[in-house]
Amino acid sequence: MTPVVEIAWTHIVSKPKQTIVAMLGVTFGIGMFIALVSLMTGLNQFTEDVTMTSSPDIHIYHDITRERQSILEEMNPGGINVVHHQKPKAETPKLRNALQIVENIRKDPRVSGVAPTLSSQVFYNYGPVQLNGQILGVDILEEDKLFDIRSRLKSGKLEDLKSNPDGILVGTGLARKLNAATGDRVVITTPEGYTMTLKILGTFQMGIGAVDNVRAYANIATVQTILQQDQTYITDINIKVHDRQKAKAIAPEYEALFHYKAEDWETANATFLTGVTIRNIITWSVSVTLLIVAGFGIYNILTMTIYNKMKDIAILKAMGFAGTDVRMIFMFQSLVIGFAGGLMGLIIGYLLSWLISKAPFEGGDIVSLDHFPVNFDPMYYVIGIVFGVLTTAFAGYTPSRKASRVDPIEIIRGQ
Amino acid sequence: MEPVLQTRKISKYFYEPEKFQVLKQIDLTVNRGEFLCLMGKSGCGKSTLMYVLSTMDTDYEGELEIAGENLKGKSQNYLSAFRNKHIGFIFQFHYLLPEFTALQNVMLPALKLGRYSRAEIESRAYDKLKILGVADQALKISSKLSGGQQQRVAIARALINDPDIIMGDEPTGNLDSYNSNLVFDILQELTHTYRQTIIAVTHDEDFANRSDRVVEMSDGRIIRGDNGNASPPHLV
Repeated sequence: MTPVVEIAWTHIVSKPKQTIVAMLGVTFGIGMFIALVSLMTGLNQFTEDVTMTSSPDIHIYHDITRERQSILEEMNPGGINVVHHQKPKAETPKLRNALQIVENIRKDPRVSGVAPTLSSQVFYNYGPVQLNGQILGVDILEEDKLFDIRSRLKSGKLEDLKSNPDGILVGTGLARKLNAATGDRVVITTPEGYTMTLKILGTFQMGIGAVDNVRAYANIATVQTILQQDQTYITDINIKVHDRQKAKAIAPEYEALFHYKAEDWETANATFLTGVTIRNIITWSVSVTLLIVAGFGIYNILTMTIYNKMKDIAILKAMGFAGTDVRMIFMFQSLVIGFAGGLMGLIIGYLLSWLISKAPFEGGDIVSLDHFPVNFDPMYYVIGIVFGVLTTAFAGYTPSRKASRVDPIEIIRGQ
Repeated sequence: MEPVLQTRKISKYFYEPEKFQVLKQIDLTVNRGEFLCLMGKSGCGKSTLMYVLSTMDTDYEGELEIAGENLKGKSQNYLSAFRNKHIGFIFQFHYLLPEFTALQNVMLPALKLGRYSRAEIESRAYDKLKILGVADQALKISSKLSGGQQQRVAIARALINDPDIIMGDEPTGNLDSYNSNLVFDILQELTHTYRQTIIAVTHDEDFANRSDRVVEMSDGRIIRGDNGNASPPHLV
């Protein structure tokens, strides 16, 4: 041990109360930071995962409500044309050449999965009551690649659906409403009046009420039959890309190429993403505030210590310790306080996060949660300790510099 | 006689509250093994001179040479290292580091210098404490020692690096007459037995008269005892 470290260490251990109080500031700052960040990012991660299960990276569909050119404009291009209350044309949501489009997209190396689907509003008949819902015609194995349906199955098997033309998989919420279980039959009616009896082959739970309470999966051909449409009738193409962040760039390419609306997940979930940003801003600003408060605590305590140690500093300088040595003595103290307090903070933060993750939380019908989602990413623990040590280094710098500039003669003669 | 400290025309000014020349063209030579006392009325500049000689005060005009080295214009860091090696201090208030044991206090300057290993430094520190008669207090926390014991530990600390000069600012000023005599005897023994050079500022006439050489100052000038020729007292 060099004398500088020895002196600093003696200062730390000879005033244990003061040291512990200074450390507790950092400990609580970092502990709360860890707990907050773990919970917030856990929540964000959870909602993101849940949202992603219901929205593909890119969704291609025929946007029939899209503004179209009026006839007047076609006849009089470039003129001042005013058309009031233009109504959309009676178009079907069908994607023309959908299967050809699917084949083309499949060749794109950036794409990892393409699933053509068609969906329809349906009524599920429960005795005399009709429940509003949605039926999706999918190639269930393709759909599984995109949304990992297999892991969300509560009962039944995906392969059963593949081989059964009048089978469906229903959401758990919907099954509960219908008071139906796997193996039961359910009668559906389309808005056009077509009625069909389907057999429930399994139930799934995506974790969002908006999906689980209304959705059922069937084979593409089954839904085409329900809708009384031909075998080329496809209304949606869902695409999964390798790098989700690139979806926003790829979508416009497809839109230009196929002349159908291509929507990326960021646009589809804009409101949700705003929520994430706001949560992140709150988390980080609260955490940084906590750490700054802890920093002020250290600043105060070090300033006090240095004030009390003026005589010691003077004699050290007289004995031949340079200004840098004196500065090192106090910097060392603040760094030890920061590091030790930070480590304790990590432990406290971990315990808090653990407690939160065990706390019961009823998500209700909206999300399927029984306790808080907490993110235990070690990254935040690294950030926490680095932040803690940096804060204490900043807090210790000014008082330490002041100590290094003490004029020994002034102190010694001032007696 | 071998000079260990020499000054040439050292002058110093205070600027607060107004410009005032506190040291006027001081020429002083101190030889190795001398026990020199700086005396004078309060405000005559004796303490100021000692702090200039100690290298802690660098705001002066003229030349200062210690152990053959001219120290005018050296950096603070250089002077710190120089003090560590060449100068030991004893103050009126003992200024031991209160959280450390007597032994640790004595060892610190040597650890800073780093000339010897820790074990050697410890045994040397014990030797010094033995010379000062406080070896039995070595492992006590210094704030638990009596005033006389603390001052003796402080002297041991001043001696640990075998300095060329020991400087004392009223080294017995805060002690009762018994401890005062004890400390004086120790200082005298150091000069006579170990040829240790000592420069002490004091206003205690008894203390000064028992030393080898008295340098008396008045109004920033040396009026008696400069350059080793003990001149008879004459008043200005």
